[in-house]
Amino acid sequence: MSTVQQIREKPSSPAPVGALQNGRWSGFVHLLDARMKELRREPEVVFWVFVFPLLLALGLGIAFRNKPADTTAIAVVNGPEASRTLDLIRQSGHESAIHADVLDRAQAMKGFRLGKYNLVVEVDSAGAFKYVFDPARPESVLSKSEVDDVLQTAAGRHNPLSTSSEVSSEPGSRYIDFLIPGLIGMNVMNAAMWGIGFAIVDMRQRKLLKRFVATPMRRSDFLLALASSRLILMILEVGLLLGFGVLVFHMRVLGSVLVILLIGAIGALGFAGVGLLTASRAQKIESVSGLINVVMMPMWIFSGVFFSYERFPAIIQPFIKALPLTALNDALRATILEGASLAAQSSRMLVLGIWGIVCFMLALRWFRWT
Amino acid sequence: MPVAIECRDLRKTYEGKVEAVRGLNLRIETGECFGLLGPNGAGKTTTIEILEGLLQATSGYVSIFGHTWQENDRELREWLGISLQETRLSEKLSVRETIELFASFYREPRPTDEVLDQLQLREKADAWVGKLSGGQRQRLAVATALVGNPRILFLDEPTTGLDPQSRRQLWDIIRGFQQHGGTVLLTTHYMDEAERLCDRLAIVDHGQIIAEGTPEDLIARLGGHHVVEFEASNNHSAAAERWRGLPGVEGVRQDDGLVCLTVREPHRTIPALLDAVEGQGGQLEHLTTRQASLEDVFVKLTGRHLREE
Repeated sequence: MSTVQQIREKPSSPAPVGALQNGRWSGFVHLLDARMKELRREPEVVFWVFVFPLLLALGLGIAFRNKPADTTAIAVVNGPEASRTLDLIRQSGHESAIHADVLDRAQAMKGFRLGKYNLVVEVDSAGAFKYVFDPARPESVLSKSEVDDVLQTAAGRHNPLSTSSEVSSEPGSRYIDFLIPGLIGMNVMNAAMWGIGFAIVDMRQRKLLKRFVATPMRRSDFLLALASSRLILMILEVGLLLGFGVLVFHMRVLGSVLVILLIGAIGALGFAGVGLLTASRAQKIESVSGLINVVMMPMWIFSGVFFSYERFPAIIQPFIKALPLTALNDALRATILEGASLAAQSSRMLVLGIWGIVCFMLALRWFRWT
Repeated sequence: MPVAIECRDLRKTYEGKVEAVRGLNLRIETGECFGLLGPNGAGKTTTIEILEGLLQATSGYVSIFGHTWQENDRELREWLGISLQETRLSEKLSVRETIELFASFYREPRPTDEVLDQLQLREKADAWVGKLSGGQRQRLAVATALVGNPRILFLDEPTTGLDPQSRRQLWDIIRGFQQHGGTVLLTTHYMDEAERLCDRLAIVDHGQIIAEGTPEDLIARLGGHHVVEFEASNNHSAAAERWRGLPGVEGVRQDDGLVCLTVREPHRTIPALLDAVEGQGGQLEHLTTRQASLEDVFVKLTGRHLREE
């Protein structure tokens, strides 16, 4: 308090000598300080903002880690030729890459249907090999060509071309590298939407907003303090997730940290605007919680957090690219993974900026303080 | 004395149908403690929130020290300390932090320690708001209003739900503010609060003032300062006229089998009453006398009790 309020003598004023005198930014500083204290004292906030994203990154990073030598599981239908099939695989030298179980036809098909086996191999009485595979499952298609190759080669096929392969799985092209920027983007969105939207409706419901506007508090200071608290938290969140990716998954950050934080800041402010609009009129926490989820849902799905949005049909790509989280995720990926400059991200920053400004203007028009 | 708060022909209609305030006039002098007394739903909160500049009136004129809310909102707010009917302050902030937060909004606030002492919150200064009792929370709410060094204190139902000791503590604080030259406007549905605290009050019902004056004035308008309440076995409807004929009786009211007489001199009325009951072969089942209160004024004016509904 002493940093903002200073003792000042004012002999001409009716106030007693030595009265406290508040400066222009005193309200803002205290609002921001109070907000940060409240957040720090709320264990749930610490969990959802800091611990949860890390757990998510850790879990997904482990589940989708690049396995060193992928084995493919196949079922061989029991019959007079089954052992010959296994012998051929054994002779091929690819034994470690193919895991084969010998089963009855019915059991083999059941295992195949459940996804336990990628391929079913059956040899008929004439000695002809039959593959049962599912063209819709990439691993099934792969398995078929791999097993066919192994069997043919083992049976004596001569390959006319001389080929060799080299393995490449560098940091930068793995799933976790794709995932971490997406998680950072999603976290910036989640935290801004909840941190602004939920906090405002909570204060409105508690009549605290009304109590604040009953004082000479500047309303702009209040909104500014909320946004600033988001920025401070954003820096911590981004730093934590990036640091986690670097330390645990040996991720390589190619872009400058400053540019990444700047993109995060523009994202946080953009979503703060969206959050403010979402919370501009709601009177109850329950209704704003629903609204926030409705607003965020399309972005969880379409904006390329967990998988690339290129998978969606071309016709909806313009819609996807107009979403603020898509812009944020793309910008973060380009910077973190490819080292792109801020200037190269200007169109994406524009998308975020437009969302933020338009939502903020609408929110100011509709906002209910009481 | 200059006028602190003035409103003329104040009206507020919610969503075009509910008329919460229907043509209300008030003139509150500087240094006065003025009370709006009325039952729940009478329009007290709507009125005080319009005066506080938190609610837009449908029509009418409001001024605070001669300034309207349209003139300079922020400047006016420097002069006002407001405690709303129900504010849940942040539970995870301490008492001191909460007061300092509110102090930071004012140009020349009072020192936090001084306010803590005045509101007897010193030993709770570092406790979180969530850990406070009802009385302490209410004192904190008043502390956030007083820290801005206001000229007018607005209190909406300041003691509702508080225990008697906490209520008296708050009354002392309000009186202390007034003794230092402050003006107070409060709403209450407690008649004892209005009687003890207010220099003048307005009784509000259905969005209108139905009586206004000092508490003594209002009671005096009943005609008598004392109330004699009794139950008699031979009390029937025709008896009312007989009770009115007793010496010193100014008013008769039947209340659920109970007869209430407002009287000037109980020592003359009571012997006559005893004779009258006995003379008609009846029996007195219950008899009390007490000072007339604002409750009696309200019942006389509206036929209802303050705490009904």
